[in-house]
Amino acid sequence: MPKITINGKEIEFEKGMTVLQACELADVEIPRFCYHEKLSIAGNCRMCLVEMDKSPKPIASCAMPAAEGMNIKTNTALVEKARKGVMEFLLANHPLDCPVCDQGGECDLQDQSLYYGVDKSRFVENKRDVKEKYMGPLIKTQMTRCIHCTRCVRFATEVAGVPEIGAIGRGENMEITTYLEKSMESELSANVIDLCPVGALTSKPYAFEARPWELKKTESVDVMDAVGSNIRVDTYNWEVKRILPRLNNEINEEWISDKTRYSCDGLLKQRLDVPYIKKNNKLQKSSWDEAINLLVDKINSVQPNEIAGHIGDMINMENALSFKKFFKSLKSENLEFREKNFYINSDEKMNYIFNSSISGIEDADLILLVGTNPRHEASILNARIRKTFVQKKIPIFSIGNPGDLTYGYEIIGDSTEDIKKIVNKEHDFSQKLLSAKKPIIIIGESALELKSGGYIFEELKKFLIKNNLINENWNGLNILAQNASTVGLLDLKILQGKNAKSSSFFNDLRNRKFKLLYLLGSDNLELKKNDEFIIYQGSHGDRGAEIADLILPSATYTEQNGLYENLEGRIQECKKASYPIGEALEDWKIFNRIIKKLGFKDRIANFDELRKEVLETVPNFLEINELPKKSVIKTNNVETSFYKEKIFARELDYYYTNSISRSSKTMSECRQIRQKIKKNGTNN
Amino acid sequence: MSVKKVHDNQPKEFKFSDENLRKVEEILKRYPEKNKKSAVMPLLYLAQRQNDNWIPLAAMRYIANFLAMPYISVYEVATFYTMYNLAPVGKHFIQVCTTTPCLLRGADKIVKLCKENISPNENEISKKGNCSWMEVECLGACVSAPMVQINDDYYEDLDEKSTKEILTSLINDKPLKPGSYRGRKNTSPEKILISNGEKHA
Repeated sequence: MPKITINGKEIEFEKGMTVLQACELADVEIPRFCYHEKLSIAGNCRMCLVEMDKSPKPIASCAMPAAEGMNIKTNTALVEKARKGVMEFLLANHPLDCPVCDQGGECDLQDQSLYYGVDKSRFVENKRDVKEKYMGPLIKTQMTRCIHCTRCVRFATEVAGVPEIGAIGRGENMEITTYLEKSMESELSANVIDLCPVGALTSKPYAFEARPWELKKTESVDVMDAVGSNIRVDTYNWEVKRILPRLNNEINEEWISDKTRYSCDGLLKQRLDVPYIKKNNKLQKSSWDEAINLLVDKINSVQPNEIAGHIGDMINMENALSFKKFFKSLKSENLEFREKNFYINSDEKMNYIFNSSISGIEDADLILLVGTNPRHEASILNARIRKTFVQKKIPIFSIGNPGDLTYGYEIIGDSTEDIKKIVNKEHDFSQKLLSAKKPIIIIGESALELKSGGYIFEELKKFLIKNNLINENWNGLNILAQNASTVGLLDLKILQGKNAKSSSFFNDLRNRKFKLLYLLGSDNLELKKNDEFIIYQGSHGDRGAEIADLILPSATYTEQNGLYENLEGRIQECKKASYPIGEALEDWKIFNRIIKKLGFKDRIANFDELRKEVLETVPNFLEINELPKKSVIKTNNVETSFYKEKIFARELDYYYTNSISRSSKTMSECRQIRQKIKKNGTNN
Repeated sequence: MSVKKVHDNQPKEFKFSDENLRKVEEILKRYPEKNKKSAVMPLLYLAQRQNDNWIPLAAMRYIANFLAMPYISVYEVATFYTMYNLAPVGKHFIQVCTTTPCLLRGADKIVKLCKENISPNENEISKKGNCSWMEVECLGACVSAPMVQINDDYYEDLDEKSTKEILTSLINDKPLKPGSYRGRKNTSPEKILISNGEKHA
């Protein structure tokens, strides 16, 4: 490996690194504003100047490729003077409004001017003033503070794939703006707030809410979709003030979606704080004792097979397992968690996870989407596909038309016939698929919901195995789950007995066979209430609570510890950042109370044991935060039937997918704007 | 100077004329297909020519679609360069050079006359509606300072009197001829001078 000398210390670096990256290897800190690891190099802030031997002037280390034998110095008087000079220029037009700026306390400019700047200003001329720019309901702008690092411009163009931010004008009059001050049409737009090194782009919903040092920070995971983005939950007392991304290169890199970030105000609204009982067709406040007594009476008045349970989209694995155990003591097998009846082959773990893993997308040389819109179903995963597309120019194909995905793709069909042709090698695409070394097929829930969902999955699987495209090193057969709970619940074998293979739950539900329906945080189940008794146990007064006869309040994902399994089958821990509101309890504690009242003995002793049991149940489990053990998928011949159907990606109301986001004011503002754009055509 | 604002009244549509489309074809030939967005500047210029010396948003969008570029990129280019006009200008568009040599030779007087005769502010259409003026940086004709550019022509060697005559002629829509207003031919010396024994015209 080539060697470089930094401050007299010789270190080895990898070819292709810049001087700045080599300095980082040597543990030498270089101040910077425009440079960001995940973005292209701009080299326009000049803060990273260092001294190089044989160079008459200091060099911008972020843009200079490191080379063998370079001698870099970062602690000389020249470098110090250069930094001070650059800092003085940056501060020339920067307002001194730190006391009223939301970035205060976590501002790169503030921190770096403390360490590298001068303590007084020689700038006596007028400072420039830039008008605020509208950038949508999430981003608050104060453009006078902007130092023109263009991180936001590069993020929008490169990562988000919506080139809508740009720098207009020139010289002193340069301004950063979105095209004609429209809101940014991206699911990742709010990441520019984190990227902004100053207070030019700050969070609109969080404006003047708190200072960073006042907040309690909890490292957790997100449950808004099945990606399991790593987040940091910032709380002030009970209230979740904001959610920020946490770096995890395996999953979300440094980004999170807008829904992940801004659904948190939904945690404060529409909350269920006490049990409610429907009396005279009206929900009335009640007590735990009364509620549980009523529930136990109801349970005792029906047959076990008339009791059914449905688990919602954001339930953690411990609670789901305790629910399953609860149902076992009730002797009912009618458990379900799917919102729509999609095909799933739960024999083996490899049948229902995203096998190639999110970071594995970058190794792919061909991607086929089948009835899925990853942009809405898993925005972060879509960003990874885009990254691969931009870097490697891989061909992407789709069956069904998902609309704008921020990258180019070719639609090669829209019906199950096309799948048939592909697996029979009658389609033009078959050859492309066969000649690929690491192809990825992503099957969406919309495709699996079709009558031929089983056919689509099993035939594609057979085709891949037959042609050795699934082997020990590569498994590109992926299911894109939409809900945070889906994969975990499959691993806990929630679908059991006759339910595992057939759609008996949905049939029975339609045929009104159930007399008692227990909704555990389940708001998205399509259901017409008849005369069944519905119990809703959850955190928000949403769709489930609306139709319920009895409401039991429980905690949200930020208010309890719990494990979630993301679509890759990676188990991650969601940590308690706040505590449940009012009389609300964790779900497993509620079941314990009911079990006690029913007089059964199999209560859950404590949470740790519950977690232990969860981890023992999960197949292929290796370690928390790690991918599951890989095993080669078996070909078991599953009988499936073919129907001629259209494959499409079911439209998702992106900002309104779960009870938390539906309660969020920010999300409904975003949704309104999105709908307006849809109605008036595009932005323009 | 401040950042250029787009005009409030924007035409809905813009399309290159057939003649200009032929020119566009020629322009695009200069660049490799994968770099065709390099043609954005000549195309913007062409659009400005076709649309009475200013570029509407519709034209920027048209060009963006034409070159498969994001709207914002075309917008960035159009706002960056001062010679693209983003709002309507007069039929007679007067650009007064106020860079050092012209200013030393009295460009400020020309600016004053423009303010009095055309419009009190830059980039405003005159009352009669056929003139507008603006200050610009060096137009490269320092040898005949002070000077103004009116549409495509240079009017040079001006003083207050000649400027006033020119402005009046423009307001009355009967523009005077371009060139030197002190009788110089091109940029030749004003008086016949002899140096090195040679006679100069």
